[in-house]
Amino acid sequence: MSQDPQATEEYSKTAASPYKWEMVVDLDRCSGCEACVVACHAENNIRISGEEEAAEGRAINWIRIERYWEGDYPNVKAKFLPVMCQHCDDAPCEPVCPVYASYHTPEGLNAQVYNRCIGVRYCGNNCPYVARQFNWFDPHWDEPLAEQLNPDVSVRSGGVMEKCTFCVQRIRSGKEAAHKEGRRVRDGEITPACVQSCPTSALIFGDRNDPDSRVSHLKKSRRGFHLMESLGTHPAVTYLRRLSE
Amino acid sequence: MTDRPTVWEEMPKINRDLLSPLQTTTWTYYLWVGVLSCFVAAGAGAWTYQIQTGIGQTDLHHPIFWGSYIASFVFWIGVSHSGTFISGVLRLTNAEWRRPVTRMAELMTVVALLVTTLFVFYHLGRVWRFYYLIPYPNQRELWPNFRSPLMWDATAIFTYATASTIYIYLPLIPDFALARDRIQGWRKTVYGWLAIGWHGSQAQWRTLEMAIRIITPLIVMVMISVHSIVGFDFSMALVPAWHSTIFAPYFVVGAVHSGLGMVVIGLYTLRRVYRLHEYVRTEHFEKLGKLLLVTTLLLAYMYFAEQLTVWYGQVPDHMAVQNSLLYGAYAVPFWFMVSCIYIIPLVTLVWPRFRQWPVGLMMIGLIINLGMYIERMLIIVPPLARPRLSFQWDEYFPSLIEFAILVGTLALALLLYSLAVKFVPVISIWEEKLGKKHAQEH
Repeated sequence: MSQDPQATEEYSKTAASPYKWEMVVDLDRCSGCEACVVACHAENNIRISGEEEAAEGRAINWIRIERYWEGDYPNVKAKFLPVMCQHCDDAPCEPVCPVYASYHTPEGLNAQVYNRCIGVRYCGNNCPYVARQFNWFDPHWDEPLAEQLNPDVSVRSGGVMEKCTFCVQRIRSGKEAAHKEGRRVRDGEITPACVQSCPTSALIFGDRNDPDSRVSHLKKSRRGFHLMESLGTHPAVTYLRRLSE
Repeated sequence: MTDRPTVWEEMPKINRDLLSPLQTTTWTYYLWVGVLSCFVAAGAGAWTYQIQTGIGQTDLHHPIFWGSYIASFVFWIGVSHSGTFISGVLRLTNAEWRRPVTRMAELMTVVALLVTTLFVFYHLGRVWRFYYLIPYPNQRELWPNFRSPLMWDATAIFTYATASTIYIYLPLIPDFALARDRIQGWRKTVYGWLAIGWHGSQAQWRTLEMAIRIITPLIVMVMISVHSIVGFDFSMALVPAWHSTIFAPYFVVGAVHSGLGMVVIGLYTLRRVYRLHEYVRTEHFEKLGKLLLVTTLLLAYMYFAEQLTVWYGQVPDHMAVQNSLLYGAYAVPFWFMVSCIYIIPLVTLVWPRFRQWPVGLMMIGLIINLGMYIERMLIIVPPLARPRLSFQWDEYFPSLIEFAILVGTLALALLLYSLAVKFVPVISIWEEKLGKKHAQEH
């Protein structure tokens, strides 16, 4: 019964959102240091898995650095590929969720509603980027790590799916700050934790709808490509090829 | 004409023979039920432990999000196709030999469907929130997502369960009436309710036959749709080697294949336990053997078409899966499965003499079902274990908790079936009599 005029107005405001969030990953700059992974863990209250669970393949990483070896010995090269949720415009994970826990926000984010998720894990199967992470057990943090939980991010219980949100809490506070001053969010004002911590600035985040933003410029680069473009998922993450190639 | 009285004289014997499992129970039966109950209790304990501690008690892990529970779900739905296929298709085609087989197959359908539903619950990460899947009115106007194949599946299974309950109930009414008239005590009252006033008038028979004639083609169509939708659960996904158009028909045939195998096992066991040799004859095993041969060939043909298409295309994503099956990490179970569901049934069932050997057919039924269970695992696990980003490749093998739950559930299915045998006649008494009458007339 969304007859409440205020609620309707609120909704139409978000529906007509002026933003479309985009990330650019410059593979030429990535050194594989995994600072982004650590920052993401700290920012997003990602559960600590420990050695044993990690060996079982149950460590949760919203962003990971995939390492591929190229060439034959002795001319072997390690190639790094940071992979996070690609926030696809046509996301394969969304239609398959039987309870609408996986849905698309007007700003192009692929959101996961933890409270709605019942853990059928179909979305996890259907994500070609294997970006979705499942909580196989309830989370725990060794003391004193529990003291550093981010109050802006909900802690997920066991049995629900989770994944990269593009640090939606930072996006929200950035938008609120801009809204108070009656302006659009400035380019570079919002930085997800991984972007902020990348020492080589391999990750760039911004608004695709702003033609002057850095991501808008970089997206047009001839080096640009999307992961598994042929699947037609239209990701919101653009990769830039290595220059050495 | 002279031997007409003999048919009528046979009727009391048929009543006696076929009602006797309802009336007499041996100590071995109680022992069997007791043992099964222990296994069920162990399985229930394992499930409770899994709910309390987390779904991580399985060996499932990133990126293999589905495993033995979904495989078992597909397997048990397959078993549930036994009843509908055997009795539905044979009723439609007026096959006279179906008479002693239909009821026990239909019972399998109902039991298997109950068990199938359980696997959905085992699988859920937060099973206590299962009702989110049900379209109930709520203040937030949240509804289930009918774009999801899982919702199609839930709808299909609910339809199938309802329809097959009606389908088994209709031909049971005259038998319930018979039981009401022959059995004393509290059960008489229950049978009385279930017989809903059946007294065998001409009008009642006409109505019953009409009702059966209407529901039979409907249930056959529902059966085909149900397993197609189970196939859609996989083929609608983008996962390499799942995204295939052949999945829906392939799943239907696969289900009938394992369902027939299960019927042979049931037929053999019940005949032995309740000495039904007069009713379940070699002829029935032979006919079922022929049907099994047909499904073996049909399934092998579809599997070959599927694998050849993948192999000839040489698309790397799909080849990663196929290579892991043909000579990679899953080669041993793969070739074992191929022997169990194609090669062994084919080389044995082509021999007419073999088809007349009930023990042999029962063993083929066991082998087929073992193979089909592995086949379901191999449909689910290797494609998930070989995602397009090869950095994520992994392996999976069910954990002890999973095994405990699987065995407990198998025990539950056997237990439910054993209890049902004590409550409904395993051979449709009136249809058997009708068959005798037809045989005499023609």
